[in-house]
Amino acid sequence: MASEASPYRLLGTRIPYIEGPLKVSGRAEYTDDLTRPNLLVGRLLRSPWPHARLRSIDVSAARKMPGVAAVLTGEKYPTTFGVLPITHDETALAVGKTRYIGDILAAVAASDELSAERALAAIQVDAEVLPEYSDPHVGLGAVAEPIHSRGLNGSNIQKEVHQHFGDVDAAFAEAAHTVRVRGTFAGVTHAFTEPLVTMAEATPDGRLTVWSATQVPHYLHRALSEVLGIPLHRIRVLKPEVGGGFGGKSDPLPHEIVCAALALETGRPVKMLLDREDVFLTNHGRHPTQNDLRVAADAEGHLLAYDLSAVIDGGAWSSFGTVTTYYNGVLAMGPYRVPNFRYHGRRVYTTKPPSGAMRAHGGTNVRYTIETALDELAEKLGMSPFELRMKNALPPNSTTITQFRITSTSFLACLKAARERSGFDEKFRKLPYGRGIGLGCGFYISGSNSPIHFTPKMPQCTVHLKADMDGGIAVHCMQADIGQGSNTLLAAIVAEVLGVQLERVHVVPVDSDVSPVDIGSYSSRVTFMMGNAARQASERLLALLLAAAHELTGYPAKQLRVREERYEVAHRPEVGVSYLEALHKAMEHSGALQASGAYTSPPMGGTHKGARAGTAPAYSFAAYVAEASVDAETGFFAVEKVWAAFDCGRPLNRLAVEGQIEGSIHMGLGQFMGESMNYRGSRLLNPSLLEYKIPTPQQMPEVEVLLVGADDPEGPFGAKEAGEGPLVAILPAVGNALYDAVGVRFYDLPVTPDKVWKGIERRRAEGTPWKGT
Amino acid sequence: MASRPLRTRVNGTALERTVPDERILLDLLREDLRLTGTKRGCDLGTCGCCTVLLDGRPTLSCLTLARSAEGREVTTIEGVTPAEGLHPVQRAFVERGATQCGFCTPGFILTSVALLRDHPHPSREEVARAISGNLCRCTGYTKIIEAVLAVGGGK
Ligand code: FES
Ligand code: FES
Repeated sequence: MASEASPYRLLGTRIPYIEGPLKVSGRAEYTDDLTRPNLLVGRLLRSPWPHARLRSIDVSAARKMPGVAAVLTGEKYPTTFGVLPITHDETALAVGKTRYIGDILAAVAASDELSAERALAAIQVDAEVLPEYSDPHVGLGAVAEPIHSRGLNGSNIQKEVHQHFGDVDAAFAEAAHTVRVRGTFAGVTHAFTEPLVTMAEATPDGRLTVWSATQVPHYLHRALSEVLGIPLHRIRVLKPEVGGGFGGKSDPLPHEIVCAALALETGRPVKMLLDREDVFLTNHGRHPTQNDLRVAADAEGHLLAYDLSAVIDGGAWSSFGTVTTYYNGVLAMGPYRVPNFRYHGRRVYTTKPPSGAMRAHGGTNVRYTIETALDELAEKLGMSPFELRMKNALPPNSTTITQFRITSTSFLACLKAARERSGFDEKFRKLPYGRGIGLGCGFYISGSNSPIHFTPKMPQCTVHLKADMDGGIAVHCMQADIGQGSNTLLAAIVAEVLGVQLERVHVVPVDSDVSPVDIGSYSSRVTFMMGNAARQASERLLALLLAAAHELTGYPAKQLRVREERYEVAHRPEVGVSYLEALHKAMEHSGALQASGAYTSPPMGGTHKGARAGTAPAYSFAAYVAEASVDAETGFFAVEKVWAAFDCGRPLNRLAVEGQIEGSIHMGLGQFMGESMNYRGSRLLNPSLLEYKIPTPQQMPEVEVLLVGADDPEGPFGAKEAGEGPLVAILPAVGNALYDAVGVRFYDLPVTPDKVWKGIERRRAEGTPWKGT
Repeated sequence: MASRPLRTRVNGTALERTVPDERILLDLLREDLRLTGTKRGCDLGTCGCCTVLLDGRPTLSCLTLARSAEGREVTTIEGVTPAEGLHPVQRAFVERGATQCGFCTPGFILTSVALLRDHPHPSREEVARAISGNLCRCTGYTKIIEAVLAVGGGK
């Protein structure tokens, strides 16, 4: 594949995780592995009502129980918070009202679990039950008891978006072909293996220290400061190893603040480990959604317009919801040129666990609907699904009608690789009944251009380096490795630029006292933004080393080149100095060397309302082909093989990129074939890993990863994201493969065997054979 | 409930201590012995993160009373790890990218060590079946299966 021969020593190879030996030996430390002397156990009392007005919470008996150090209720910390500054609507504990089964009513810190549980049982809550709103459609109009006062016009609508670019009605009027697809998507959740957990300690020097399983330490830091009323510099946030996040550890979460509040309350360290049911109830997973999409095309298959609407079930809080509402529309804008676009999106509060950001946030459900519609359109046109997509592909250095700046795209190369490697043309509509092949494509942002919290003038990432006489290089950055391998990439970039061995580089665990701000692991921003900041910091450190090498060799720095652990004269390689010689020479002037690098994304985007949503310094692209088999008698189906062609620019760590693609395919398949947050009314019915159906190893197909990206002009060493974009294409690839197998369209997810069987039976009853059956 | 003496072996070392009857093996390991390599992912027998070997058999320690270890041998990830370097299964997991967030990894390694002891050259299907009680949300199992096959001489 392209770029197999790397001009770099380390980058572009398969780099095992630097902390791998700690993880495989059980020595990596996750938050629950830490302890403190005199540690208290924190426990939460959760609301049994979906919607209720709190009349009183009597904690007097609980306070007196043995072992109980503190009991906390909402009124002490009424300051609202939320991940987006424009929609602060959460409180650490319920104040006045509870809005879903699982809302936190009270918290206890006690000497042990049993005492804490007994104290919770002794808390008396008097509440007036209010109407529950589990169906977002009910909340579209005025309701008797809006869930939040900020709902639009007495409704439960949290955010409404109207966008219109070009002239959609005119486009439909002149269209030769139109397709309409409506889809309903169940909510899904992250189901990371490490449960949510926080430990906090307030010390007599007036400082608060918080260890938490978070993917965005900086936003947690801010929320703690705002709600607890403590200046940022008096709070220290540490991120130990994190056991997966996928978006579910990106909001500052109420239990994190409550844990810290209990530590303040007691003056003792407190640990709060959520059980699995609580993790499901905390949710912030992918929004249950209903999409309605009309596509217009001309006689040759050029796309003319999308007319799209979405009703999005937000659950009890805003979370990332304003972004979600925009994303469900604007992430329809690639990987094809769509000259006219209209979108109406509404995100509605319901009395259910909050929805939020989950891997490929806002881009997954709408992508499924689009790619299903395009498969139908290709069939109408009598055109190969590949031809249709090639004809409409956004070219490099183009602009979407929503003013997204597309710089690099290797989407055509993705299509070509997936088509050839899968033998698509020999198989499509030609495999026997019950066997099928399908294409699904996608794109995703490589880092949101808009940092949530500051003006674009402040960098989204800063990296500090320190090289001391031992020859080791300490790297400080608040980026959050949650398993995706960002620590390894950070170390590899530093080692690459300086020419040193990888083991010289030590990535210091995130600690807000010493780690310069990076805004965390979300929006697939880390490789791009941290990578650029790390490169700049490393180049600045290298300049100091080369200046010293110049002093030692007499040759100007620009004639020196970097070799492994050595800086030598380009035209006289026998003349040179070792890394350590250069380092020690440079230290004569300043002691330990330091360098800093930062990344700020360039100005971009339009000026219309919501123009920033979806802008990114680069985009990844994907074309996946899936081959599937269906047992027509039972409806059971299996995905046999996936050819995953992906454009992440230059892959900097092939091992990690493959891992992201394989893991994304597994997660996307889960949403396709069975994962679903099931509710009766507002009550979550399956809050366990047994009843929430994640695909087993036996259900995982063989995956052939095809990395075909060309270098991105602004990405670090040409790289773009590979953490979220790899998810979106698998769902429609499988859906379209099932259609090819049995001639039945599936618009709603998940697709369970009973639905497949019913579809096959319906088709049989209609007497419309498929591939002769 | 009563507390009684428990006699067992943990990672090759004899252990004698008084343990309440209702004490769960996972709590004994993590809280009492501070063997924190064994992970608590669900406490319900649904994730496999707490897998240890009980007389060599993969066992969910969150569903097992500490008492069940009476007179038996408990092996945790700490017991698999040599004093120097890594066990071949551990090395394969690192080199082949079979660990991402790592939270599931100790459980997978213990399951794999037991599989490879009984079936030194497992097929892909045998590996998939053996690990199907362990949840990994990061890797899609692809590289985990590859790592186990590599140790077993397959590919
Ligand atoms: S913690 Fe034992 S199976 Fe999950
Ligand atoms: S590596 Fe994260 S759950 Fe397996």
